[in-house]
Amino acid sequence: MTYLRPNFRHPDLPKNALGYTRQYYEGRLSTLCAGCGHDSISGAIIQACFEMAIEPHRLAKLSGIGCSSKTPTYFLANSHGFNSVHGRMPSVATGANLANRDLIYLGVSGDGDTASIGMGQFVHAVRRNLNITYIVMNNGCYGLTKGQDSATADKGSVNKTGIANQFQTIDLAGLAMELGATFVGRSFSGDKEQLIPMIKAALVHEGFAFIDVLSPCVTFNNNTGSTKSYDYVRDHIEATAAVDYVPIKSEITTQYAEGTNKVIRMHDGSLVELHKLAPGWDPLDRGLAYSRLNESRAKGEILTGIIYMEPQSRDLHYMLDTDQRPLNTLKEADLCPGREVLEVINSENR
Amino acid sequence: MKATNINDPEYFHKVVDCQYACPAHTPVPEYIRLIAAQRYTEAYMVNWESNVFPGILGRTCDRPCEPACRRGRVEEKPVAICRLKRVAADNKGEVKPLMPQGPFPSNGKKIALIGGGPASLTVARDLAPLGYELHLYDDQRKGGGMMRSQIPAFRLPESVLDEEVNYILDLGIHTHFNHYVESMKEILEKDYDAIFIGTGAPRGGDLPKLPGRQEADANIHIGIQWLANVAFEHTDKIGKKVIVLGGGNTAMDCCRTSRRLGGESVTVVVRSPFNTMKASPWEIEDAQREGIPILNNMPPKEFVVENGKLKGVLFEKVEAKYDENGRRTLVPTGEPDVFLEADDVLIAIGQDNAFPWIERDLGIEFGKWDLPAVNKTTFQSTLPKVFFGGDAAFGPENVITAVAHGHQAAISIDLFCRGGDLHSDRPAPTVNLIQQKMGIHEWMYDAYVVDDQRYPVPHVDTELSLKDRRMEVELGFSPADGFKEAQRCFNCDVQTVFADNLCIECDACVDVCPTSCITFTSNGEEEDLRTRLNAPANVLSQDLYVSEPLPTQRVMIKDENVCLHCGLCAERCPTAAWDMKKYLYQVTKTCNVWDVAAPVEVGQV
Repeated sequence: MTYLRPNFRHPDLPKNALGYTRQYYEGRLSTLCAGCGHDSISGAIIQACFEMAIEPHRLAKLSGIGCSSKTPTYFLANSHGFNSVHGRMPSVATGANLANRDLIYLGVSGDGDTASIGMGQFVHAVRRNLNITYIVMNNGCYGLTKGQDSATADKGSVNKTGIANQFQTIDLAGLAMELGATFVGRSFSGDKEQLIPMIKAALVHEGFAFIDVLSPCVTFNNNTGSTKSYDYVRDHIEATAAVDYVPIKSEITTQYAEGTNKVIRMHDGSLVELHKLAPGWDPLDRGLAYSRLNESRAKGEILTGIIYMEPQSRDLHYMLDTDQRPLNTLKEADLCPGREVLEVINSENR
Repeated sequence: MKATNINDPEYFHKVVDCQYACPAHTPVPEYIRLIAAQRYTEAYMVNWESNVFPGILGRTCDRPCEPACRRGRVEEKPVAICRLKRVAADNKGEVKPLMPQGPFPSNGKKIALIGGGPASLTVARDLAPLGYELHLYDDQRKGGGMMRSQIPAFRLPESVLDEEVNYILDLGIHTHFNHYVESMKEILEKDYDAIFIGTGAPRGGDLPKLPGRQEADANIHIGIQWLANVAFEHTDKIGKKVIVLGGGNTAMDCCRTSRRLGGESVTVVVRSPFNTMKASPWEIEDAQREGIPILNNMPPKEFVVENGKLKGVLFEKVEAKYDENGRRTLVPTGEPDVFLEADDVLIAIGQDNAFPWIERDLGIEFGKWDLPAVNKTTFQSTLPKVFFGGDAAFGPENVITAVAHGHQAAISIDLFCRGGDLHSDRPAPTVNLIQQKMGIHEWMYDAYVVDDQRYPVPHVDTELSLKDRRMEVELGFSPADGFKEAQRCFNCDVQTVFADNLCIECDACVDVCPTSCITFTSNGEEEDLRTRLNAPANVLSQDLYVSEPLPTQRVMIKDENVCLHCGLCAERCPTAAWDMKKYLYQVTKTCNVWDVAAPVEVGQV
């Protein structure tokens, strides 16, 4: 048995602002199939959290059921984690978020967990603008049960048994747009250069940040005729722009030709820089983003990048006007301030 | 960068750092795996084929392999390669039947070997099975050269030396011991087809101009001569107070031998700073363990003589200063001189070549420092039928270098006698690349990387060992500790081989690699690429393994530097674009030992 990861790491690994190396953000060795796209996404999450110098105890990772939902075991071993019931991650995340607004929430789900059994949960989390980064590892099939077509399989896509899918596909990015999501991105597991800064931007976004990541299933959906294979995705990928995430204190150093560059200030003051913007593209214009998304789908392109974002979005806590302190830290004295306070309130209503 | 040519036998050879650093290129990981499998006999034979003296070298080698060991780059200490070799030698079974068996049919050629040390013995071993008539001349009464005269018995027991020297002499070598060759001319006049000279560097350094040197001569000894006198039992005692001058391994042997011959207060004095001493760190440690202080920054000024007898040595105090070019000068500090009392002084300040017996009109040219003009590849001198090797060729080195010279000189002598070209007809190395996969999560080698720190080799009680100069100080690893130490080896000879036509660029290898060796990026010049990899790639001596362009126009780049050879990249590769393949590189000898010996199955661990 050799399937054990050695404990040695590169002796000159860089350290982040907290003095940790990337190793501190790793998880256990993956038991997914060799070559699974999900492992690359795990790698991108590890790299993004390492580079942002997130204190691991400040992050909670939540997932449902499926290959994708196994992955929180494979990253951020020092963070909080909750592996919930199938499709029920959004409500668990909502509860956790309401109880403790101080944590960073990272939800990981799959196309089955989100677009089938969890659809009802997903749509409500979006419309409430829950403050969470919600990543769907989208492989278009049920990998854990031997590769049946999922609800995100494209119409006409051929699965490993050789049969083309006859049903309409659910485009999760389009659906999220429809439901008023305040951050919608799409990426590809094989493109870390794009995915890592996108995850960073999503993590600082206040509100529901949705990323649909195409993640080929090497075992059941990487065949000719599949629209979610490594080869097909690479051939049909079309980027809206290249993404750069710039933390609060850094300066923008790269220069790009005018009109192809856009700098977006996030709620916390950090910047998201989009460069090499596709002609006529504006990720702040919901209507434009929506129509471009539809156009590219009609052309058979896979549009990636940050498709839409609302940098000044305010989340569920803001809308509910909850206390600035995490609810789970409120003591009895805060929640039950006593007869005197009640008297004051009552007198105001008389 | 251009794609790496892995068909060049030297590319993967260089990845096996220990083997690459070894002058004889012994396949180290190969025999370490055999030791772990308790196949000591085969492990011994892998060594014997390559370095001829496994038991001797397992105790005394300079171990150039260990500083090169990859493990030393990710943790404190390298694998104890040298002492593992000894485990094989100590625990081996019957090896003689596995060696070439004489008598060999004669090929009618006669070769003279001058000097009976490791270089000559290696030439003898390589040529004997081919039917050469070999005549070995040495002024000592037994073979072994400096291994016998200069390495003390408490480091290298005579029985081990005799055993390994005799394996060679038993191949039918005609020995002429107690025979000092006084004239090269006489040898040339005999009917030898070729002559190999492996007479070492027999002249020990002296301090002839230091005041008092002549007057105190009776108590001042040249280190290597004194060690030889001890080895051959001409000397069996020394004064109570001994000063050893010099900081090399000979100085360490001198001081430790003195402690065993009656020296109660033995001090080593070096002229330069402690950290620039030439002695191997482990030999310095062994000396210190025996209660021998080492004083530094003190060059000797005068041998103090009273009433015609040595009283002690006067030393100056200096410090090392370095100029811009890094050149060192020893500058007096102005502190008062130091006087140390001594009954005897041993001078161990280096050794030189000396060929007083080679007449200078024979066509054998000599260059700087009285070194012969010798070709670095063929070991041929300017007189075509005369070859040099070992310390005699290029100045003092070590046993394993002498062995490496011997192999190459033997090839040259054989080619010379058969009328071949000494350069173009040299044989290429033998290489073999074998897939190691057996099944899911199963490889033919133990891929798991253990965390164990280097195991110390047990020693006998110092008090006991100081009473007997023949008692071996190191006990060697027990088989159990040998196994544990062997498991520390990364198996760097099991290569990560990349097939670009199979890669689907899924990044699985990048994500799983524990030491972040692998990067997929756009190609560029090496200098630029080294700044764009997933982990710093600042060790320029370690190659980057670059693939042909992949479908996305990126290339795979692997920094070989700290690859643990754990096989996880191959484990996680869905298309077997990565594969673990065992690379066996062997320097070709004149006769492949395995061809002439009884068949032995080696290599499938």
